[in-house]
Amino acid sequence: MKLVKEGALAADAWTHVTDDGELPDGGAVIVSLARFKADRDALMGRNAPLGLRLQSHEPPADVAEDLNRFEVVALEFPIFRDGRGYTYAVHLRQRFGFDGEVRAVGDVLWDQIPNMLRCGVDTFEVADDFPLEAFEEARTVFTHVYQPDVSGRATVFELRHG
Amino acid sequence: MYRYDEFDQTAVNERVAQFKGQVDRRLKGLMTEEQFKPLRLMNGLYLQLHAYMLRVAIPYGTLSSAQMRMLAHIARKYDKGYGHFTTRQNIQYNWPRLVDTPAILADLAKVQMHGIQTSGNCIRNVTSDPFAGAAADEVEDPRPWCEIIRQWSTFHPEFSYLPRKFKIAVVASERDRAAIKLHDIGIRVVKNAAGETGFEFWIGGGMGRTPIIAKMIKDFVPKADLLDYATACLRVYNALGRRDNIYKARIKILVHEMGLDKFAEAVEEEFARSRGTVKLPEAEIARIQAYFAPPAFADRPARSTVFEAKQFEDRAFRDFVRTNVRAHKAPGHAIVSISLKANGIAPGDATADQMDIVADLAARYSHDEIRVTHEQNLVLPHVALDDVHDVWTVLKSSGLGTANIGLVSDIICCPGLDYCDLANARAIPVAEAIQRRFADLERQHAIGDLKIKMSGCINACGHHHVGHIGILGVDKHGQELYQLQLGGSGAEDASLGKITGAGFPPDRIVDAVETVVETYLGLRTGDDESFLACYRRVGMAPFKAALYEAR
Repeated sequence: MKLVKEGALAADAWTHVTDDGELPDGGAVIVSLARFKADRDALMGRNAPLGLRLQSHEPPADVAEDLNRFEVVALEFPIFRDGRGYTYAVHLRQRFGFDGEVRAVGDVLWDQIPNMLRCGVDTFEVADDFPLEAFEEARTVFTHVYQPDVSGRATVFELRHG
Repeated sequence: MYRYDEFDQTAVNERVAQFKGQVDRRLKGLMTEEQFKPLRLMNGLYLQLHAYMLRVAIPYGTLSSAQMRMLAHIARKYDKGYGHFTTRQNIQYNWPRLVDTPAILADLAKVQMHGIQTSGNCIRNVTSDPFAGAAADEVEDPRPWCEIIRQWSTFHPEFSYLPRKFKIAVVASERDRAAIKLHDIGIRVVKNAAGETGFEFWIGGGMGRTPIIAKMIKDFVPKADLLDYATACLRVYNALGRRDNIYKARIKILVHEMGLDKFAEAVEEEFARSRGTVKLPEAEIARIQAYFAPPAFADRPARSTVFEAKQFEDRAFRDFVRTNVRAHKAPGHAIVSISLKANGIAPGDATADQMDIVADLAARYSHDEIRVTHEQNLVLPHVALDDVHDVWTVLKSSGLGTANIGLVSDIICCPGLDYCDLANARAIPVAEAIQRRFADLERQHAIGDLKIKMSGCINACGHHHVGHIGILGVDKHGQELYQLQLGGSGAEDASLGKITGAGFPPDRIVDAVETVVETYLGLRTGDDESFLACYRRVGMAPFKAALYEAR
């Protein structure tokens, strides 16, 4: 796997820890919601950056009170058809004002990247052979947008009237 | 009619380029068919029984003659010389080649058309009243709102991978000519006591294997809130709609399982949080409305002596006027429906030549406008009464003059087993057999308003649940069997048909329909009691008796 940010390969400082995996001494870890709930005190007491991984049936609203404790929220897209993550990303950014990293993991397809970016995803964990060209295309494929998105840029409805 | 500006044209052109790239990646083997599928579907490209099928959107059913000519051109150049108008104001081509599809979409883009979101689990082509802008009973033209929704829903970043497809229809009159209560969201444009425009929102309607009539979720959404309220509905659905079973994934199931009150509460919470996010400037509403300003209708007397004389002279014309010509809001004008239900033709099919003829008629007689109806017919919305006879003469000579709108032979029907790989039974041959049985136009007129709707499987593309008489083709132990339903309606008095009882084999279904019709004729209080009114008065029992007791 590799991590892509702003269209380029990025170093990944984070380690995904499984639900029964050992926590490393120090170092940034991403844990599941189940692990977070089970080991909450231990995780908070580690004094190292913490990230949360949400499955597609786990809305950010379920963990709203604690969102400010996380530097990363990783949203799982288990299959490309499961589009809940788009709404979760919008909720993270707009409803909860989450300003950390929102990471897409799972079945991310080339042509879904533009939408994910617009909903507030900013990093992508993809297979090693996933073409970076897709990220380049994502930025240029559509010049204008009809809907407001997290970028805050003016929509076509607004651009038409200055 | 709306015309793309540079923003719209750029978006559609960029989509064509994007799709060309996707087809290239697919043809080079860089993408599997499984990965390609959602992408081609979102451009209207299906893989059918025999070949690919391309579905092209006709947003809210409005076409110019130039657009209709392009549809004819595509039928000739890339298909077998015809196209199929569907129940969702789309046209389908049944024989395009995959390699040609980017070129077809590029041709469509030249006349501001596309196949965007005509399939896939996204917000589909927005449909509307085919008489919009012409009917006397509308509070205002609903199409500017449709166009606003079209733009807002195009490439929506959050709502492109919904649990299931999502259909929106908009009308602006009491009469519902777009079946809004059978849509995921149905919108009726209304005016409040202060004369302000707003929207009645109906939610969770649909057909398919679990037919449900939509429920009113909000009786007045102010126009500034239209897109925020729609966003809230979609957002709740996207987060909570079922994804474990595609047959339970439509919003109707979510609304049903949560209950309307709880669903509405969740929408209100979301709406309260996000209200004001989608900016729709007044100037933008006015800009879009300006495109739909009524054409400059000539001042004409309310009555036309030519029109009346021709009806007196020509009985066939009189029949045509009776069923296919409706009142127009401008004096001296009429709305003329063109039946695509001629005997022996698959319902909704038109040849390229017929499309060109309709385009010519629209250019000459109907202020360049054509409409497509959810009942699979065409409409010339703005014809001067003086010209109706000339229009009919041309239609008649082109196989388009069938005087059967709303009558027993004006059947809605899906492609069925002849084309569709979902179907369990043939639909088109049964429709044709019914049309043959009732070929006598005099008999059809004596029967009066009667909508027969038929689907070749329980997905209900042929709207059988809301047919006055509905027919559903099923497969029972390898045999085609046709279930009969009575009493459905897709109009403002929406209701779901009830099954009569055991189904009928192919060689008996036409007899069964005829038995139902004859039973009705024997029961009605007079010519003015329609089939539906009669059924609602007498109930199922006499029909059931006639169908099954003689067996």
